[in-house]
Amino acid sequence: MLNVFRSKPKYVTVKRSEVEQRKELPDNLWTRCDHCSQMLYNKELEKEMFVCRCGHHFRLSASQRLNMIADEGSFAPFAPLYAADPLNFPGYPEKIQAAQQLTGLDDAVLIGEAKVFDTPVILGVIDFAFIGGSMGSVVGEQLTRGFETAVDKKLPVVIFSGGGGGARMHEGIFSLMQMAKTAQAVGRHSRAGLLFISVLTHPTMGGIYASFASLGDIILAEPGALIGFAGPRIVEETTRQKLPPGFQTAEFALEHGMIDMLVKRPQMRAAIGRLLRYHQRGGRK
Amino acid sequence: MTQVFEWERPLVELEQRIADLHRFVADHGIDCEKELAELEHRAERLRKDIYENLTPFQRVMMARHPKRPTALDYISMLLDEFDEFHGDRTYRDDGAIVGGVGTFEGTPVTVIGPQKGRDTKENLARNFGLPHPEGYRKALRLMKQAEKFGRPIITFIDVVGAYPGIQAEERGQGLVIAQCIEEMSFIRTPILCIITGEGGSGGALAIGVGDRILMLEHAWYSVISPEMCATILWRDSARAPQAAELLRLTPADLLKFGIIDDVITEPIGGAHRDHAIMGQQMRAFIRRYLAEICKVPVDRLVEERLARFRAIGKFTTERMPIDA
Ligand SMILES: [Zn+2]
Repeated sequence: MLNVFRSKPKYVTVKRSEVEQRKELPDNLWTRCDHCSQMLYNKELEKEMFVCRCGHHFRLSASQRLNMIADEGSFAPFAPLYAADPLNFPGYPEKIQAAQQLTGLDDAVLIGEAKVFDTPVILGVIDFAFIGGSMGSVVGEQLTRGFETAVDKKLPVVIFSGGGGGARMHEGIFSLMQMAKTAQAVGRHSRAGLLFISVLTHPTMGGIYASFASLGDIILAEPGALIGFAGPRIVEETTRQKLPPGFQTAEFALEHGMIDMLVKRPQMRAAIGRLLRYHQRGGRK
Repeated sequence: MTQVFEWERPLVELEQRIADLHRFVADHGIDCEKELAELEHRAERLRKDIYENLTPFQRVMMARHPKRPTALDYISMLLDEFDEFHGDRTYRDDGAIVGGVGTFEGTPVTVIGPQKGRDTKENLARNFGLPHPEGYRKALRLMKQAEKFGRPIITFIDVVGAYPGIQAEERGQGLVIAQCIEEMSFIRTPILCIITGEGGSGGALAIGVGDRILMLEHAWYSVISPEMCATILWRDSARAPQAAELLRLTPADLLKFGIIDDVITEPIGGAHRDHAIMGQQMRAFIRRYLAEICKVPVDRLVEERLARFRAIGKFTTERMPIDA
């Protein structure tokens, strides 16, 4: 796999996560597709960008995603921030530590400056493996810094909201307020006339969907991604109705006019490159 | 008969005895002044004891009291005149959010708020106060209208959450909440938000971005309801009282965290016990805070509004230590 990290990161080395390391163990050569149940050879799966022959898009880690989108060696992450425990919520510090060990990330977002086909961008990815990709203070702050940096440097922003578990319950009201903070950061960036491409990947729900992720100038989604505000179980329990087939999938969102385009993973980097090109000042380069 | 909570039963029984004794005195002309004074004194102590030591979850239950004043109650108590405006101009009128224009002590204002029903019939019409996307679109439309005409906006917030329904999802519940939050943040007119009952997550925040955020004494505001939190933590919604403690959702906590600006005291025993006194109290707070924000030039107002939310969040540059 390519390594998109700049060889001398300014502040931090992002370690390969335990999940990724485990994938390479010899006794773990095969993976079963959740969708069609066929066994897939890991080497081949990786070559196919973790998309099954049936079309199912496997969930990616933040660094796997970056590697698929950013130019090699172009990514420079922002200075790390770590969660505090503002409510003294029982078990939260342990949960954070376990998530850090599992993912190799500081918190649920990996964000920094990068290039995509030589165009400088702010590129961020939310990682579901880190407490469901939920938005606490760190995620809110890092995303906000991303949009602010983009305003300062007149850059477009690309965020993969892959894994919006929504709220970081353990941070209570502070988690909720990150919805306002990030939405406002997008608002300032937007009012500066700059481009925000929001990519919704599986799953983008709750507070993440109901804030910055919905505010892209262009909203893309990966096929099959779950996209919505309330979780499907809550909807089913509240309404006591059978959910229509494909409810809250990316295809459903497209049909109901909520997103611009579905983009399959192997075409994602090219699509983003194209969209960035359309928005270069003066049109053509 | 108004709904009585378990923890106030001793007080309600005592109040009943006092009322009975008063009636006895009136009917028979017997002097029981000493006994009455003694009972009144006991009731007063009990009242203080009960209402000054409410647990967070008892506050949540107060916030949900079926007789608690609603947005329309405040509108009729506080505005000199009012016209309700309907519809989102796209799909339909959502009864779960009301809004319109009126005057508060002579000043034209736009007022918006989720509206719960008083009985089953009204609750069905208002979807139990759970808004659909068109409700939020109506709110947003009225806010833009207020901006155009330079009217201040007051939002009365009492909503357990945006409606989690199939059609709500089809019509973009998440998207419209995001739009409300974003647009409200930049609206060039003063905004006063008052959490009067339940402040449930994104559905409340969608009309909760303002220049001053006030909260009633027995209201709650949180990223998740105590029931949902308990379900996630322990797969048991009956442990909501415990979750309510953890979430720090009371006005006192939120004031300390800098999320809200002030707490509006309720009549003893809760707003539902005396709408008129609650209305007077509310009027005083609105008068004071509206005057305060209407004085600020609008450019500065919006900058301060953005700066306020920009500053919210707790994080460090060091990893969190784990207590052994
Ligand atoms: Zn498959």
